[in-house]
This record gives sequence, structure tokens and C-alpha cells, in this order.
Amino acid sequence: MSATMELVCPAGTPASLRAAVDAGADAVYVGFRDETNARNFPGLNFSRGELADGVAYAHDRNVKVLVAINTFPKAGNPGPWMKAVDDAHEIGADAVILADIGVADYAARNHADLRRHLSVQASASNPEAIRFYAEAFGIKRVVLPRVLTVAEIAALNTQIPVETEVFVFGGLCVMAEGRCSLSSYITGISPNKEGVCSPASHVRYEEEGDVLVTKLGECTVNRFSAGEPAGYPTLCKGRFLVKGKPQYLFEEPTSLSVIHMLPELAEAGVTALKIEGRQRGRAYVAQVVAAFRKALDAVATGEPVSAEELATVTEGRRETAGVYKRDWR
Amino acid sequence: MSKLTLGPVLFNWPPEKWRDFYFRIADEAPVDVVYVGEAVCSKRAPFFDPVIPDVVERLEEAGKEVVFSTLALIMTEREMEGVRALTAPEAGLTVEANDISAAALLKGRPHVIGPFVNVYNEGTLSYLARQGAVRVCLPGELPRESIEVLAAGKTVDLEVQVFGRLPLAISARCYHARARGLTKDNCQYACGDDPDGMELETLASEAFVAVNGTQTLSFTCCNLAAEMNEMGVEYFRLSPQDTDMVAAARIFREILDGKESAEGADDRLADLVPDMPYSNGFYYGVEGTAFTDPESVSE
Repeated sequence: MSATMELVCPAGTPASLRAAVDAGADAVYVGFRDETNARNFPGLNFSRGELADGVAYAHDRNVKVLVAINTFPKAGNPGPWMKAVDDAHEIGADAVILADIGVADYAARNHADLRRHLSVQASASNPEAIRFYAEAFGIKRVVLPRVLTVAEIAALNTQIPVETEVFVFGGLCVMAEGRCSLSSYITGISPNKEGVCSPASHVRYEEEGDVLVTKLGECTVNRFSAGEPAGYPTLCKGRFLVKGKPQYLFEEPTSLSVIHMLPELAEAGVTALKIEGRQRGRAYVAQVVAAFRKALDAVATGEPVSAEELATVTEGRRETAGVYKRDWR
Repeated sequence: MSKLTLGPVLFNWPPEKWRDFYFRIADEAPVDVVYVGEAVCSKRAPFFDPVIPDVVERLEEAGKEVVFSTLALIMTEREMEGVRALTAPEAGLTVEANDISAAALLKGRPHVIGPFVNVYNEGTLSYLARQGAVRVCLPGELPRESIEVLAAGKTVDLEVQVFGRLPLAISARCYHARARGLTKDNCQYACGDDPDGMELETLASEAFVAVNGTQTLSFTCCNLAAEMNEMGVEYFRLSPQDTDMVAAARIFREILDGKESAEGADDRLADLVPDMPYSNGFYYGVEGTAFTDPESVSE
């Protein structure tokens, strides 16, 4: 069993990058400040200069920086995506995280020495798909879509020539990533094209007496009575009428946490653990990264893993082990 | 020469109904290409497998090009084996790859790329063409500008869905099972209850989406009758709904042949899907639920 799984941590800002590095990240993943990455939110992400500074800070402390270029270029305008790959290479990023076949082809042909990871947005969920990306574009690591159980991940790892990285904490896509148009169906803004899901620009909170109504565009995503904690109106975490009955049909307003399953993931041959949350603040990042650093170090020495450190960041929110447990499906 | 295609039935219909549907398509529908096979959930396939040979024979006798559609989301070893069998050279089948794994297995042989593979731009399109793709059905969320760029520089035929509920998402989780408090493993084939998908409403009782097992579809019915002749693509897909698809095919054939207007088509199609509002929003680059009168769109 591998005792050295790599901890891959989110950074939406230079301050978060430093916080993640200081808290014990092995690698930090970031995006440029445009539609080339899947967290294209206002006030988030890195200019070229900020990335260069971040890479210097991380490299001084033996931490890697991975650049997510994981949306799908608009037809007729691939320039920004190619430029993002060129600049990540120029700045000295340790790897790029890619989703689009055209972009992966460009990176492989123009920057053979730049390590390439396959984004979760590419939805490579099986050995033939992963082997395709490995052989065609020299992909060295695949971030697995959140559709596989731990047993399936273990079986997959015996059949592919590349490393696997899995999500262990944070926001949870319920649909196969990179294959969901729910957001653009309701708002016209798409994770695949614009790098935004359920955009804040379309969120509305309306009071109807004691009831708080959350909307995305024209769509009512939930209604909360007085005292009920109200969440952000992400479409797949909304409450809808199923044959007239209100139900969280896709998923409850919950987030992923499998800090207790780290030994099983190591046993399954996983190389790297990913924490979601580039949109989160520096304090959150510091706390979550520190907790996972401690847990990973415990796993390495065979000690029990404590989730206590995470209690403050997850307080009041529901957690799930998601698809890693078979009955989630 | 424009061609009409009939996409795979996405819903869990009883096998006899499924077989008779295709028999009637073979005998009466003016479509050139018919896709056959289970794209959504591998648990359904065993029910259809026994009737597939009869369906294929009937379609081929009627002169239709038959294409076998693969699963969109492949997670288990059994599902992977199914795709390997379908794409094996010795099977000699024309296959639509709905996952990149199938496209990889078909490399070097002519094949079709289905709408569940992300082809958003010319870089991806030309890569897949070099691998042997001869036709690519574009994802439903592509706007007109993208379709035009891809059509202008293409080396393969393009296909666009012009009728039927649009696929929006696929998941490991089965929502039909979940609606009944079950899981995918013990689903009791709940999706069989809803031949056009299970319609969800918002808490404000407004139409939202349609659920089809592990798949989520638009509540609205995609209708690009007014736009199809301007797209610059050759193939137009009708996605089967639980209605008279022969009648739907005739209407779209008449539009392609210049014998019916878009307005006339809209009126006649409304009789076929009376409970589904139309949408063309993705095509116009706005929310997918929208239905824009093409007359009001400036060039």
C-alpha cells in the first residue's frame, strides 16, 4: 500500500495559494483569470504575473503548481486556450490539467515537456478512455469523474498506465462532470463553455412572507421556511416536485468528505487526493488542507485518522461519501 | 443532399413496443439513418437484445443505414465488455461512439461520433476525423456560431438534433430509482413507467426537466424546424418521443424538401407533443429553455 498519496489543493487567489502551501499541500491547482478554466468566477484566479509569483513561492517550498485549462474552446476561437497552455509552460507550471481533445493535442505537439493531466471534465471513467488519452496525448494522470466506487477505482488502477487522482472533499457534482448542460439550460451559461455552473449573476433570493425562495434565472430552485438553513441555488442540489411531492431528487445540499476512507483509497492504488474549492477563502483552504495533511501523515504511519479538524468547516452542512459507496447510486 | 436520422430510443419502452416502433419506422418513416441501441443504462439492454436482430433486418431491408449506439457513461467491466464487443472489427457494425472509449476502439475504421462526446471546436473535430470519424452528431448545447464555424471548415459530415427532448446530463445515480426510495442496483426498472421521461416541476409548479433513469433531459422539445436549412450541416436528428415519429419524420422531410414552412411544421408538431413546449435556446446562445421566434433574431 502506498503511504505517500499526494495532496492536491485548490487556490483561487495568491493568498489561498500561499495558505495551501503553508498548510501542507503537495501540489496546488489554479486557473487563469478567464474562461479557460472551470471556476471562472468574478474576483477569482490568477494573472500571468500572479501565477509566476505563486510558482516561485510554491517551488521554493517543494510544492507543485498545476494549471487547470479545463473548459472546451469555442469553435473559431481556440487562441485563449492555446495561450494559456503556452503561458503555463513559460511560467514553469509543473503540469496542466486539460479536458478538450483539441487542447490536449495542441499541448502534446507544442510542449512535449509540459506534464499533462486529464481533467475530471473530460469524463474518462473507464480503461479504454484513459488509455486513449495516455497514448494519444501522453497524459500522465487522470482525475477520475465522480462516478466510480472505490472497488471500481481499484480495478481500474490495474488496467491503466497512468496515475489516478480522486476528489476527497468539497463540492460534489452529481452528474458526470463535463457532460452536464443543466446550468446552460436554465441560464445560458455553461460549465463547459464559460467555466461557470449556476452563475451568481443569475441568483435571486426572494421573500414570500416567512418563506425564502431561491432562484436561478427564472427557475425556483428551493423554498426555505423560517429557521431552515438556506443554501446556494445550485440546480442539482435543488428541491423539485416529483409527481407533486417535494424532493431533493438529484442530491441533498451536501458536500463530499471521505477523510475516513483514505486508507481504502491508498489500497485502491490512488496517487493523488484532490480537495475541491478554488472559490473558497484562504482560511477555509488553510483549515481543510491542514486537516488532510494530518490525516495523510496518520495514514502513512498507520495511525487512525481523525476528522475533528474538519468539524469547524463542515459544521451545519451535510456530508456524503458520494459514489465511493455503492448505494449512493 | 440533406438527410434525416432517427436517434436511439433513449427511454425504457417495453421490448415489443420498441420492436414495433422500429418496424413501423422501417416501413413508413422517410428517414435515411436509424440509430439502434441502449445509450443510457446498461441494465436495460438485456430486454432489447433479443429483438435487435429482427429490427435491424427490417430496417436494412427498407434501405435504412443502421448505426449501433454505445452507452454514454461506461463505469463497470461488464459495460466496457459490451462496448468492446460492439466495436470489435469482426462484428462488422457501423457504430456511434457515445464515449471516447468507443471512439478509441473504432480508431482507423469509419465510425460516427455521438452527441455525448464533447465536440465543441475544430481542434477536437479534426482530431476525431483523423481517427476515422465520418460523421459527428454535435452536442445539444452548441450555439449557431459554433455550428457554422465547424460546418465551414469540416472534413466530416455533421449532424444536429432538431426534434425531441435534449439530453442535458448523465449520472452514475439513477433518479427514477431514487424517486421511489430505491438505488440503481435494485431499481425495479422504475424508468419503464415514463415513456417520455418523468417530468419534474419546480416548487413553483413550473416545468423543469424530464428524468430518464440516470439521464436528465430538457422538459422542452427541441424544435429547429425553422433553422435546419440554414445550418450548413447535412444530417438532422429526430430523437424519439412516445408519439407518432413517422408523422414527425414526414413533417421534417417536407421542410427539407421545401414543401412545408416552419410555421406550418410548428403547428403540426404541436399535435404530436401537445404537453411539451418547444425550445431552441441553445442554438441562439441563450438559456436552453427559450423558444425564440426566428423572425425576431437579427442576423
